[in-house]
Amino acid sequence: MIRLEKRPQPSRLWTGLSPVLAVLLTMVFGGVLFAFLGANPFEAIRTIFWDPLFNTQFAGFTRPQLLVKAGPLILIAIGLSIGFRAGIWNIGAEGQYIMGAICGAAAGLAVYPASSFLILPMMILFGALGGWAWAMIPGILKTRFGTNEILVSLMLVYVAENILATASSGFLRNPEGRGFPGSRNFKEWDAAHNAELISGTGMHWGVLFAFLAVIGAYVLLTRHILGFNIRLTGEAPRAARFSGVNPARIVLFCLGISGALAGMAGLFEVAGPAGQISIDFNSGYGFTAIIVAFLGRLHPVGILLAGLLMALTYIGGELAQLMLGVPGASIQLFQGMLLFFLLGVDVFTNYRLRLGQRETA
Amino acid sequence: MDLSSINPVLLVASIMVSATPILLAAIGEMVVEKSGVLNLGVEGMMITGAVVGFAIAVNTGAPGWGFLAAACASAALSLSFGVLTQFLLSNQVATGLGLTLVGLGLSSLIGKPYEGMKSPTLPKLDLGPLSDIPVLGRMLFSHDIMVYFALALVAGVWAFLKFTRAGLILRATGESHDSAHALGYKVVRIRLAAIAFGGACAGLGGAYLSLVRVPQWTEGMTAGAGWIALAIVVFASWRPWRVAVGAYLFGGVTVLQLNLQAAGANVPVALLSASPYIITILVLVVISARGHHGAPASLGRPFHATT
Amino acid sequence: MVDTLLSISGLTKAYPGVVANDAVSFDIAKGEIHALLGENGAGKSTLVKMIFGLVAPDKGSMTWDGAAFAPTKPSDARRAGVAMVFQHFSLFDALNVAENVALGMEDPPKPRDLARQIREVSETYGLPLDPFRTVGTLSAGERQRVEIIRCLLQEPRLLIMDEPTSVLTPQEVEILFETLRKLKSEGTSILYISHKLEEIRALCDEATILRRGQKVATCVPRETTAREMAEMMVGASFATPEAKPHVPGEVLLKVQDLSMPAPGAFGTPLRSISFEVRAGEVLGLGGVAGNGQDELLIALAGERPAPAGSLFLKGQDISAAGPVARRDAGLLSGPEERLGHAAAPDMSLVENGVLTAVRRQEMLRNGFISWGRARGFAEAVIERFDVRTPGPQTAARALSGGNLQKFVVGREISQDPDVLIINQPTWGVDAAAAAFIRQSLLDLASKGGAVVVISQDLDELMEVSDRFGALNEGRLSPIRPVSELDIEKIGLMMGGAHDMEVAHVAE
Repeated sequence: MIRLEKRPQPSRLWTGLSPVLAVLLTMVFGGVLFAFLGANPFEAIRTIFWDPLFNTQFAGFTRPQLLVKAGPLILIAIGLSIGFRAGIWNIGAEGQYIMGAICGAAAGLAVYPASSFLILPMMILFGALGGWAWAMIPGILKTRFGTNEILVSLMLVYVAENILATASSGFLRNPEGRGFPGSRNFKEWDAAHNAELISGTGMHWGVLFAFLAVIGAYVLLTRHILGFNIRLTGEAPRAARFSGVNPARIVLFCLGISGALAGMAGLFEVAGPAGQISIDFNSGYGFTAIIVAFLGRLHPVGILLAGLLMALTYIGGELAQLMLGVPGASIQLFQGMLLFFLLGVDVFTNYRLRLGQRETA
Repeated sequence: MDLSSINPVLLVASIMVSATPILLAAIGEMVVEKSGVLNLGVEGMMITGAVVGFAIAVNTGAPGWGFLAAACASAALSLSFGVLTQFLLSNQVATGLGLTLVGLGLSSLIGKPYEGMKSPTLPKLDLGPLSDIPVLGRMLFSHDIMVYFALALVAGVWAFLKFTRAGLILRATGESHDSAHALGYKVVRIRLAAIAFGGACAGLGGAYLSLVRVPQWTEGMTAGAGWIALAIVVFASWRPWRVAVGAYLFGGVTVLQLNLQAAGANVPVALLSASPYIITILVLVVISARGHHGAPASLGRPFHATT
Repeated sequence: MVDTLLSISGLTKAYPGVVANDAVSFDIAKGEIHALLGENGAGKSTLVKMIFGLVAPDKGSMTWDGAAFAPTKPSDARRAGVAMVFQHFSLFDALNVAENVALGMEDPPKPRDLARQIREVSETYGLPLDPFRTVGTLSAGERQRVEIIRCLLQEPRLLIMDEPTSVLTPQEVEILFETLRKLKSEGTSILYISHKLEEIRALCDEATILRRGQKVATCVPRETTAREMAEMMVGASFATPEAKPHVPGEVLLKVQDLSMPAPGAFGTPLRSISFEVRAGEVLGLGGVAGNGQDELLIALAGERPAPAGSLFLKGQDISAAGPVARRDAGLLSGPEERLGHAAAPDMSLVENGVLTAVRRQEMLRNGFISWGRARGFAEAVIERFDVRTPGPQTAARALSGGNLQKFVVGREISQDPDVLIINQPTWGVDAAAAAFIRQSLLDLASKGGAVVVISQDLDELMEVSDRFGALNEGRLSPIRPVSELDIEKIGLMMGGAHDMEVAHVAE
């Protein structure tokens, strides 16, 4: 009979090893899934994990995509992870991402067609504000009334999607767009375009901000008293109160920062790769970022790596769709499986397996 | 706008239909939470139920088989959550979210070939003289069997929790798993059973969406119904009849806003379509401001037997 | 020749790193009250769990009424006639008394019959209880009655009681003993687990003494002195703390008419509590568990702000100040629950040092933590208070209860507080460490600190306090010098057997 025994200390080895094991397990089971769908599993895994980076034919085209996709994922996941560390479950990043994009784009379009180097920074600021404000709703409801932030932040995603639909076919619609939904294209307006910083790399301002967020979160969590209080609140809420941490302030800070980062990510997306506000510019980054945050063990450096890996599965998934005819949805399942396996193998971090006689009861 | 186009008889009738999927999912989740487990994967289980139910119903031509398969599939999926949280002691919040993501991915994978198809749907029951009562008959007594099954399930869960020993043990497990364990009850087994029941109910709810309510398969068709079911459990303070009230209220809001949209009400469409979610938030705020007593004391806490 | 009911021979149970029971053997006769005596960690709980079927022994055997007995689950044991009154963890707060009783029975009767039976048994044995009260609203003594009645309804042949008196006032203890003697006279055997020697001498026919998992002696308590039993139990002598004579100084902490509502559904409100503590003085606050101890500590520590004008530190009104400001002003505290309240289980000792000492020990520069200083502080506490740990980076939960307690108490004392409030400073700590902690508290007072010790251990309070008061349902009795007290007076201060009357009224 196998049973679990709590380790006196979390295992450092397993903290690092479990994501790797989870990825391997996902590859194995994903391979089975692809075989079931009629694709050669080895080819499929190679197409997803290897070809986007190293295939001589199209790696030049897909490699820059890696940063384009990883940027928003990392930016959002960093914000979420700070909250998750404190036991605050903002799962409505998708909504904050949308609202950030709408606010930032609206701020920019308000001064169209002006040309100043201040326009993009102003849009970024408004993007952050939009996401922040959207996240403050669950924040204030939680601190004021004790309302569950999971449900509220999630409900607000659906509200944001409705606002997005109105925006793209209503108040932000391109007046010169012959009635088609969608805003003006920021790619055609230099002052507001979040362009590639180094050509051919996929590197845009959003990616840079994502890297800065990684560093900032690392310093916050390991060196600053606020980061210490955030971790303390998550690990032992009563001890945090005893220590003098104000739980409401932690809630507001965590939701605020994750909302602001998600909002910024949304703005970078519409002003850059997506180019315009449209009814479906959001591609679920806000939800995938949850996987990224956990896969990265809620650690900034881990999230950096996890974001790149998850971006790879997106690009590789598209390739597999194109080359092997694998359904696009299988990639979503693939990502979900990755999270499941990670949560499963995580048990070894805090427990060890014992083979022994059966305990009664 | 033309409110006269809204027929009150049809309105009530469609509220009953629109409340049923959420009611099924919510009553199942309530049992899960009563046992002390928070499964946030209702949305994922519902949509899996929706697609599996649809696929089986289309292939067999029998909606009954569709419902059965949906219940089994979602129960099986919920057990993956059960294994992760109960045996591997993973975080319930994270695992529930993961379950939702897996369910969404799985369903769109399975559902691809079925998009745009029509499925056989459940026949309306003929309740004889009851259905013939003027007005009331059409409002209340001319629905398909699942509408009544959902209400019967609420009654069943209520009686189970209140009067049976197994129900008492389930509630006790949710109150204090340590005490339950000390008295020799199998906490993990009890919880797994509750999780599977919750999964089956969510699956039925999902299948009701795709087989009766809509009746079609479209990707992401649950559109947050699973999350609303979770909110209704909180709204109901973990009491079965109040779950029914919550689901019917919510069904009412949904149907009313659709009717208002159709009637061309002078309100932005986005606001109307978002209204079920906004109202859910408002209800949650009111409930939480009152201080929601009645949450099982061990809800969401991991259990690891140390002896 | 007495008939033997349960015979235990050579029971052994090992956990990784520790042998909880090492070849323990003894017999319990029919109608005997048998004491199982030992310090915390001596292996009493493990032994009882094996008898009750919660844990399977590695080696050894038991016989029950002459036949082999190897319960693999509690229901086996219950069917044989073993019933157990637990120390913790077996009641459900949100359920009522009858439901709680039903959960502990193999084959409970219908609810209405059960309620009637509960009333009957409770009257027969002098344990009044309303079957329809919610358990969360009961006092600790009443909760214990629920457990006892649950056991009695099964007409057990062996009743196991694990530390039953730690939640009772002296008067309630007498009532419990009457019940137990009545059971004995009816032929029921009782296994009575305790480390309170006088109780065992008053009640038990025979005692088995455990130390570090081994049986070290058997004795007849009536014919053995408490001192002899203590020596057998502890196995080594330890220094008893000595209070140095002192002259009380100025008033450091003044609590005036402090009232606060209960923090949760099952908490205790504080009702106009007033007291003063002076420099150089130890004030002991006793009382049965659940009478507002936790709530008082939380109020004094600043976790919940108090109404203006109810708390004064060195003359300053600190009622509205939070924990951080109170610490800055010199008031430190130590909650009862070590893991999760006084310390974060998964954080290292260094981080747990930061938890309360970050500002007083100047570990902060522009909001950034100096981990070097934090480590230095943790190492100093470990060194001075002899905390046994592999190192300062070890997680708090990896430490034994006694060592963590030494760290937590040491963390506060090392910061030289003007006022220290501590709840249950030696709960679950072995005797030597307890003596050390008590001495540290006395040393702090002798250096001019004011110390408030909240404890349920009367012996401890008598040993360290200069003055004594008792909490009872959130009220504080008048404070008296310890030298004027005797057990009868203390019992009355703690509220006597008050909830007996309450329960009678409820019927």
